[in-house]
Amino acid sequence: MEARRVAPHPEPPVALTVPPPPGPAAAAPVPALALRGLWKSFGPKVAVGGIDLTVPAGSFYGLVGPNGAGKTTTLSMATGLLRPDAGEVRVHGVDLWADPTAGKRIIGVLPDGLRLFDRLTGLQLVTYAGLLRGMDRDMVASRARELLAALDLEASQDQLVVDYSAGMTKKVAFAAAIIHAPRLMVLDEPFESVDPVSASNIRAILREYVGGGGTVIVSSHVMDLVQRMCDHVAVVADGHVLAAGTVDEVRGGRTLEDTFVDLVGGRRTGMQGLEWLRTC
Amino acid sequence: MVAHLLRLKLQLLGNGLRRSTWQVVGLLLGLLNTVVLLGLTSLGLLATRRVSLELWEITVVFGGSVLVLAWWLLPLLAFGVDSTLDPYRFATFAVPRRTLLLGLGLAALVGMPGIATVVVVLLPVALWVPDLAAAAAAALMAPVVVATCVAGSRATTTALAPIMDSRRFREVAGVIALLPVLLLGPVLIQIGRAAAVGRDAIPGLVEVVSWTPVGAAWAVSVDVSRGDWARAGGHLVVALGTLAALVAVWHHFLGRALVTPPSGAGGARRALGVGLLGSAGGATSAVAARCLTYWLRDPRYVGSLTLIPVLPVVLGIVSGGNDLVVLLTIAPLCAFLVAWTISADVAYDSTAFWLHAATGLPGAADRAGRALAAVAVGGPILTVLVLGAVAWTGRWDALPAAAGLTVGIFATTLGLSSAISARFLYAVPKPGDGPFNAPQGSATANLVVQGIGWLVLVVLVAPEAVLALVAVHAQSEPVGWAALVAGVGIGGVVLTSGVRLGARWYDARTPELMQSLRELD
Repeated sequence: MEARRVAPHPEPPVALTVPPPPGPAAAAPVPALALRGLWKSFGPKVAVGGIDLTVPAGSFYGLVGPNGAGKTTTLSMATGLLRPDAGEVRVHGVDLWADPTAGKRIIGVLPDGLRLFDRLTGLQLVTYAGLLRGMDRDMVASRARELLAALDLEASQDQLVVDYSAGMTKKVAFAAAIIHAPRLMVLDEPFESVDPVSASNIRAILREYVGGGGTVIVSSHVMDLVQRMCDHVAVVADGHVLAAGTVDEVRGGRTLEDTFVDLVGGRRTGMQGLEWLRTC
Repeated sequence: MVAHLLRLKLQLLGNGLRRSTWQVVGLLLGLLNTVVLLGLTSLGLLATRRVSLELWEITVVFGGSVLVLAWWLLPLLAFGVDSTLDPYRFATFAVPRRTLLLGLGLAALVGMPGIATVVVVLLPVALWVPDLAAAAAAALMAPVVVATCVAGSRATTTALAPIMDSRRFREVAGVIALLPVLLLGPVLIQIGRAAAVGRDAIPGLVEVVSWTPVGAAWAVSVDVSRGDWARAGGHLVVALGTLAALVAVWHHFLGRALVTPPSGAGGARRALGVGLLGSAGGATSAVAARCLTYWLRDPRYVGSLTLIPVLPVVLGIVSGGNDLVVLLTIAPLCAFLVAWTISADVAYDSTAFWLHAATGLPGAADRAGRALAAVAVGGPILTVLVLGAVAWTGRWDALPAAAGLTVGIFATTLGLSSAISARFLYAVPKPGDGPFNAPQGSATANLVVQGIGWLVLVVLVAPEAVLALVAVHAQSEPVGWAALVAGVGIGGVVLTSGVRLGARWYDARTPELMQSLRELD
């Protein structure tokens, strides 16, 4: 089967037609996340130029792309943290930007590059996230302890998050993201600076979660990881989806990394032009 | 290499300006500010020069010493040194230490404080005329003075960098630095009173200061104008010795800085259990508990609380214990301070606010939680202050008036803050910074938002303020009760509508708030 190569949308979102919401007649299962014509520009710079993406329920979806491709912007818009200029986000059929409260209830978000309430201890931060979700106090308390134990943060749960290492900070943010048992997890670079043991533990948690019917979207730079871990992948560059589908469809028998570099372009051969670097 | 460093500094300043228009506006205002201050300084110096030679000499030595001392100490206590050219950043480049030192020193003069200092140091040269010998001496000593300022500031900051790097030091120093600034007024008043009596002591004091490292370089021109060459030589030796010592210290610690990058972490702090959050049983009380934790743990909040014990002392001394002032300014002013702090609440959260945004927290819970935390902090403090003021003045008849004004200002300010912080963000110190590291160029935007807020506040609290004034002045208890009713009534209405309006703004604009927070960060 050939990978679905999606043509970029160079035209501005003036006469953008929003596809009709899936009616009761539609037999196809409702996707966990459907992005339609998402568009966001910051001043003159178009960060996301019309992204369409369908994340099937129960899939482990990887979002890959070079730096500045618009991954974080897309995920922010998909989780209600950034209002799109145009386009639609549906989370399990709920129009997120029409009913943010209902949409946000079923999403768990791990954003990248944002601060945390780091004057709280790890335990307090995870507890706080649960309480903000309106969860029952006792349930928050037991889940927070279980999450911290599962992520090897038990020993440092009483330490202020500001004193955490980068990897520990990622892990505690991950715990805060999933304490309410979301149906969809949107994780922006969840493995960055996380030590190999914890990363493997997190992957195990995610695999089991997907096995139980949950949906995960992760963004990453690490192609190897995405190829091993995910069943679906979308390649994003310059604010457009270059390819999307199952991992096997997209890579078509090659490694995902080779496919990615070909799609995104910019491959150079070795030390071409840098011959002076040879010192011996 | 030296030229490279200077160009780098200019480039960094220029790039900073390209980031936003407010930065340019801030720079222009800073420039205006500097020009006005320089103008006033020149006029002041000219005036003292005209009055008498003796006063001029005192001014040169004293004023000069204060300038040098400010360069040495202010970066340590308040501002932190300008880190655009932090020595650590050159650790990976093989720049000779001597060159780096010269370049960093000259680059330190690029910028408003540096240029202003050079101008101020050169002013006496012109003012010594027609005494040409003294003018020449001042001109020769000017570079020494400037170098002493710069080398001293870099020597202290570089030497103490490992300590200053620890978060705790910065937090404590930031808060402590405020105290002398606050006490300056009362102290100056006391000195003024004492000076009227002990005028004869001044020449002796000048003599002592002139032999210290901060004053010696300034004293040389005075000696020359008196024709006292021996003393001039002595002062010159002290001045040059000081400079050499400072450069040596700086050189030594710069070497250390280049091989030991900042470790960042101090001792990791711990807090047992879930703390206040453990007793929270819902989103609103969770927000309140989290904010309260911040009020106690975050130096930016603690900073506004440290003012509170100082304020009564300052106001008491300045007013000479006047009843009206003690009863109607201390507690109401503190009420304003505490309640206005949360007008920057979302800006203080910075991008950590995403947790509120992503969890779909209702605006009402966010607003009410933050206001509740401020009430929990302010309530006990204000009760103590009002009762304390009444007890101290013995004016129990004024209790309703004082309480009315305090409650009125507290509730009204809380209402305004609750609305403002959901709609307007102004640049505030970032999480982890001290309370006084306000980002550069933010002053204007802050002033516009805050100024309008204060104007509205003045109008809204005017009824209870007038009633309270009349009540205390005319010793009328019924009018005092009227003030209490007005304060509680108006304050209550403003508080509830402020929270409601803030909640509506919050619900409609959470993603926009989030985007602005990202841009500010």
